[in-house]
Amino acid sequence: MAIITKSELGKIAELAQLELSPDEENILTRQLGEILAFSQQLHEVDTEGVAPTVSVLDQTNVWRSDEVVNWLNQDQALAQAQEVKEGCFKVPRIMEKK
Amino acid sequence: MKLWDLSGHRLRNLLDQGELSAQELVEAFLTRQQNTEPALHAFVTTTGPQALAAAKEIDNARARGEKPGALAGIPMALKDNICTAGIKTTCSSKMLANYVPPYDATVVKSLRQAGSILTGKTNMDEFAMGSSTENSAFYPTRNPWDTSRVPGGSSGGSAAAVAAGQAVFALGSDTGGSIRQPAAFCSIVGFKPSYGRVSRFGLVAFASSLDQIGCFTKDVTDCAAVLNVICGRDEFDPTSVSAPVPDYSKFIGREIKGLRIGLPREFLQEGIQPAVREAILQAAQTFENLGAVVEETSLPKMKYAPAVYYVIAPAEASSNLGRFDGVRYGFRVPTSDLDSLYKKTRSQGFGPEVRRRIMIGTYVLTADNYKNLYQRAQQVRTLIIEEFEQAFSRYDLLLTPTSPAVPFKLGEKMDDPLQMYLMDVCTIPANLAGLPAISIPAGFSAGLPVGMQLMAKPWAEGTLLQAAYSFEQATDYHQRRPAIASGGVVGE
Repeated sequence: MAIITKSELGKIAELAQLELSPDEENILTRQLGEILAFSQQLHEVDTEGVAPTVSVLDQTNVWRSDEVVNWLNQDQALAQAQEVKEGCFKVPRIMEKK
Repeated sequence: MKLWDLSGHRLRNLLDQGELSAQELVEAFLTRQQNTEPALHAFVTTTGPQALAAAKEIDNARARGEKPGALAGIPMALKDNICTAGIKTTCSSKMLANYVPPYDATVVKSLRQAGSILTGKTNMDEFAMGSSTENSAFYPTRNPWDTSRVPGGSSGGSAAAVAAGQAVFALGSDTGGSIRQPAAFCSIVGFKPSYGRVSRFGLVAFASSLDQIGCFTKDVTDCAAVLNVICGRDEFDPTSVSAPVPDYSKFIGREIKGLRIGLPREFLQEGIQPAVREAILQAAQTFENLGAVVEETSLPKMKYAPAVYYVIAPAEASSNLGRFDGVRYGFRVPTSDLDSLYKKTRSQGFGPEVRRRIMIGTYVLTADNYKNLYQRAQQVRTLIIEEFEQAFSRYDLLLTPTSPAVPFKLGEKMDDPLQMYLMDVCTIPANLAGLPAISIPAGFSAGLPVGMQLMAKPWAEGTLLQAAYSFEQATDYHQRRPAIASGGVVGE
C-alpha cells in the first residue's frame, strides 16, 4: 500500500514552496513512504488522555524589560540581502500592473 | 607528545608557567590544521590570521599583568551553524554559502570573553540534518581514525578537528545526537547539556524544542571548563533557564561510591553491534569496581523514540527553515515573480536531505495528519519523559552505547535515509526529554572507536561529569590519539 501518492507529494511540495524534478518525485514518494510507514508504530502506543509535549520546560510567558538597546543599524540589517532598494529588501512585483 | 595532543588544562598550565606563549600555541595548532586538513576536511572556513592577532593580544594582556580569562589562549573551533560576527556561517549549505552574520552568538561572546581563540568554523551535515557529515553541500569530513570512514554527524567537523588536534575543543549542536554520536565515532568527549542550560541565541535553528549547544573536548576536565563558560541564562534566549550554574570543575575527582547506575536492556538488544555491547558491559563492570551500584533495568517506551523524533524534528524544521526565502539573506535565484523566486531559491539552495525533511515536516503538519501523526508523536514524547522520570527516581545515571555501531564507510548509508536515521537510536531519547548526556571513549573494535553514553536527570550535569571522570581515570582510551600524520598520511 502506498502511504503517499505522487499527487499528495505534489501538494506537499506546493505547501513547502519546493519544486521537485520527476526523478526526485519518484525517489521521494518511495522514501517518504518508508519513513512514514516507520512512524506508524506510534499507533501501537495507547495515548488516550496523554497531554502532548510541546516543550520540556515548564514555561509560559518569559518577559524582559522593554528597553531600547544598541543593535544592528539599517545598513547592517540589509547587508546580507541580494537586492536592496531605498533601505528596503527588494522582491519581484507582487501587484498586477494596471 | 606534541602540543596538539595535549588537553586544554595541561596547555593552560604551560601558559600559566610561562613555558609557552599563546602565539606559539596557536601557531602549533594552525600548522597542525594546515597539515591534516587535506586528509580530513574538518573545516569550512579557517581563521588563521585573526587567531594569531587574538593570540598576540592575549600575550600582551598577560605581560601587562591582567588576569587571563578561564580559556585564555586556548584554540577552539565552532560548528558552522553558530553565528560569528564578520565570519561566514554557512550551515554547510548552498543557501548560506556566503552568509556573514552581523553578530556573535551568545556562546561565542562568552568564549571570546574567556580568552579562547577561534581557529575556524567546522563542517557539518547541511543544517545539522544527518549522522555522517556527508550531507554537507561542500565536501564530506573524514574520520581521523580511518579516513575511509565517516566522523559521525551532524557535528562531524567539530569532532574530527578535536580528535586530530586541529583545535583543543569545539562547540557543536545536538538535536538528536549530533554531538554525542560524532564524539563516539572520533573517540573524544561530547557533552549535550540539559535543554535550557545553554543559550541558543545565534544558533541557526533546526528543531527548536530539541536543539542544544554543547562541546567536544579531549577529556572530562576540559569539558567541565568549557561548560563553566557557556552555561547560564541569556535574556536573548527565552528558553534558557535561570537555575544557578554550579562550578562544574568541582565535580571532577569526586568519588562515585554508591552512585546508582541503570543499564537499560533495550539499548543493548538487536541492532547493537556485538563489540559495542561488549564495551558497554565492560564499562558497567568498571563502574562497579569503582563502587557504583549497576543494575539492569527496562525502559520499554524508548523503542518509539526514533519514530517520535522523525515526526517532531522535521515538523519543527519545516517551520524553522521557512525563513530561507531568498529575500533577507542567503542564496537567491532571480526570477520575475515572487512565487517562483521562493520555489527556485529553496529548491536550488537546499540539498536533498534538507528538502526531504522539509517535505516530511510539511506532511505531518497538514490538517489531515496533524492529529494522527504530529500530535500523537507529542503524546508519545510525554510517555517517554515519564518513563525517564520513573527511572531517575531509582537511578542517578543511565548507561547505554552512544551509537549502535562503530564508524561506517563513506557512502555506505547514503542511499537509505531510514537506516541513517536509526544511527541515532541511542541518543534521540535524551533530546526528547531535555536530559543532559555525555559520550566518552569506551574502547576500540578493530581500531575503531566505541563510545558510551551516560544520561542524567535535567540539571544534573555535575553527576555526569563526576562519573565520566572516574571512568576516564580508570581507563586509558581518552589518551589514545589517531595515527593521522602531518600531511594526512595514515599510520604515523
